[in-house]
Amino acid sequence: MIGKTITSRKILLLAPLLLFLGLAYVVPFLGVVRWSFTMPEVGLGQYRALMTDPLVQSVFIRTLRICLIVTAAVLVTAYAIAYVWVRGSSVQRMLAEFCILVPFWISVLTRAFGWLAMLSNRGLINTWLQSAGVISEPLALARNELGVIIGMTHFLIPFAVFPIASAMRSIDERVLLAARGMGASRTRIFWTVFVPLTYGGLIGAALIVFVFALGFFVTPAILGGGRSVMVAELVYLRIFQSPDWGLGAAISVVLVLFIGALLALMRRFIKPAHLIG
Amino acid sequence: MPQSMQPGDAKAAEIKAVSIGKTFGAFHALKNLSLDIGRGEFLTLLGPSGSGKTTFLMILAGFTAPTTGRLVMDGKDITDVPAEDRSYGMVFQGYALFPHLTVEQNIAFPLKVRGRSSADVKRKVGEMVERVGLIGHEKKLPAKLSGGQQQRVALARALVFEPSVLLLDEPFSALDKNLREMMQQEVKRLHQETGTTFVFVTHDQSEALALSSRVAIFNHGELLQVGKPQDVYERPSNRFVAEFLGEINLLPLDTVELNGETAAGKFEDRTIVLNKSITLAGKKAVAAVRPEHMFISASPQTSDCNAITCRVEGATYFGASTKYHLRTRSGTSLAVSMPTASTSPIAPQSDVWVSWPVHQGFLLPDGG
Ligand SMILES: Nc1ncnc2c1ncn2[C@@H]1O[C@H](COP(=O)(O)OP(=O)(O)OP(=O)(O)O)[C@@H](O)[C@H]1O
Ligand SMILES: [Mg+2]
Repeated sequence: MIGKTITSRKILLLAPLLLFLGLAYVVPFLGVVRWSFTMPEVGLGQYRALMTDPLVQSVFIRTLRICLIVTAAVLVTAYAIAYVWVRGSSVQRMLAEFCILVPFWISVLTRAFGWLAMLSNRGLINTWLQSAGVISEPLALARNELGVIIGMTHFLIPFAVFPIASAMRSIDERVLLAARGMGASRTRIFWTVFVPLTYGGLIGAALIVFVFALGFFVTPAILGGGRSVMVAELVYLRIFQSPDWGLGAAISVVLVLFIGALLALMRRFIKPAHLIG
Repeated sequence: MPQSMQPGDAKAAEIKAVSIGKTFGAFHALKNLSLDIGRGEFLTLLGPSGSGKTTFLMILAGFTAPTTGRLVMDGKDITDVPAEDRSYGMVFQGYALFPHLTVEQNIAFPLKVRGRSSADVKRKVGEMVERVGLIGHEKKLPAKLSGGQQQRVALARALVFEPSVLLLDEPFSALDKNLREMMQQEVKRLHQETGTTFVFVTHDQSEALALSSRVAIFNHGELLQVGKPQDVYERPSNRFVAEFLGEINLLPLDTVELNGETAAGKFEDRTIVLNKSITLAGKKAVAAVRPEHMFISASPQTSDCNAITCRVEGATYFGASTKYHLRTRSGTSLAVSMPTASTSPIAPQSDVWVSWPVHQGFLLPDGG
């Protein structure tokens, strides 16, 4: 669609952005691609290592697992928030808007440390529960996968709310009335009419969240406490701590290709305009 | 609240609306409206845009609660019964089909809601698909259908569970003229076949007259008149109804005398005798006659007819009929519609007599 309507004038308007993307992302990334084939020696050695190294493999598997769990958790929560936002009373709408917008104003770092303050062994939750006598030993809520999942889910919810709410808004009210008129209960209407009519938004939201989650760095680094390393952190460790630039570069290339494939998939399911709501 | 309302039990229901009122803020959308809808009848709600037809239909369906008044179905008060328990069939303006379900699945929806066995669902859906002429389109999504086909799916979906009442809100307003007439015949046939009570909303008076067993005319949230098509057309109780149902000639009368079934009044220098279908409060009144009930001749027709002199100002040819535009001596303009085949052309600017049978004219209050 966009391709057909683009004119040379529009390209001119887009030029600064394209130039910036080229200089800041494409050119450096080409450098990374070259490292992956040349460091320490020319060849496919790093990709072979990537396929066999058990540590790299376990990090990839953990990353996929965390991303899938986070995506599921985000979709459920975002669906509920979007529902209230679109169909709630005016007070409920305001509350939902607050829940969606406030996280946008607080940096990812602040939020990660905020969750650490809540979840760590001497954090708010464990202290409360202990002083209330509910538990004797602190629960392991942070510095593990659970903490990473909680922090990432919280961060990603707003990004899923927009496409879902957009799909909900485009449902024709009369279709829901029609279902009611035929005797369908509210539960039945929700599951057999309302939810299916939002599948487009759900798929879009799932892909956005999953793609975002794959590249997460700050949240897992802080809330995982080094014990649940994800792919982005592994790249960082390979390049900055064990100077194994070639392997780090190869991991980056694989990650970018994977994300590229997912984005291509996303374009088939949902128009870009739907993602902003 | 009445219990044990089993949808689909009775084939046709009878509904009484008693003093229904509906306000939106300070706005009165419906005013003290009482209407009896008979078992198995085809009642049309007719009125201009904004007259409250949809509001009344939504109250019948149970989607909107009336501000005042009661609804009684088959002797039971159903005012507080929610829409899902009334379970009337409904065809919405714009059809409101489920866009994610195929034709078959759309029609099956109300049956599945009722927990019918899958064999039963399959059989009923098959029957309905055949009945509305959608064979071959069962697996299509609504977006792949034409307007008329979507209309048929909406009708099939609304009738498949044999509701006791079918409500239709301007179902044909989006269709072109030919398709519209075809669908009108189809709805009429479905009404005869199912015997269900139909309540049909339209703002097209010819559609209302052609389809209904009775027509209810709405204006500004009020019910002005209810009656058989012929009655409301030929014996309207007020000017709005008379004018809304079709073109009508209005002749101001000077002195009106009521004597039993008829009334007599003076127009120019002639005495005009009319039906007295209404009670007149004041003495001021008009004689009302439809253009097709009048005829033009060289000399006055007097046997059971009224006649006045006019001058012909022009004519419009409509194929089957020709409409003449005339003016009386005192300047009142008239229209007379005559079958083209049975009249020889009448020259413009000629003086003629316009006559009509006594029983075709009726009295209306002036200005009312
Ligand atoms: N939810 C509402 N809130 C406020 N006013 C309303 C509402 N629904 C209807 N009205 C008003 O009530 C009046 C009657 O509306 P209604 O939809 O019943 O008219 P209608 O006869 O169906 O007209 P149309 O032929 O245009 O569909 C209109 O003036 C409309 O603006
Ligand atoms: Mg309407």
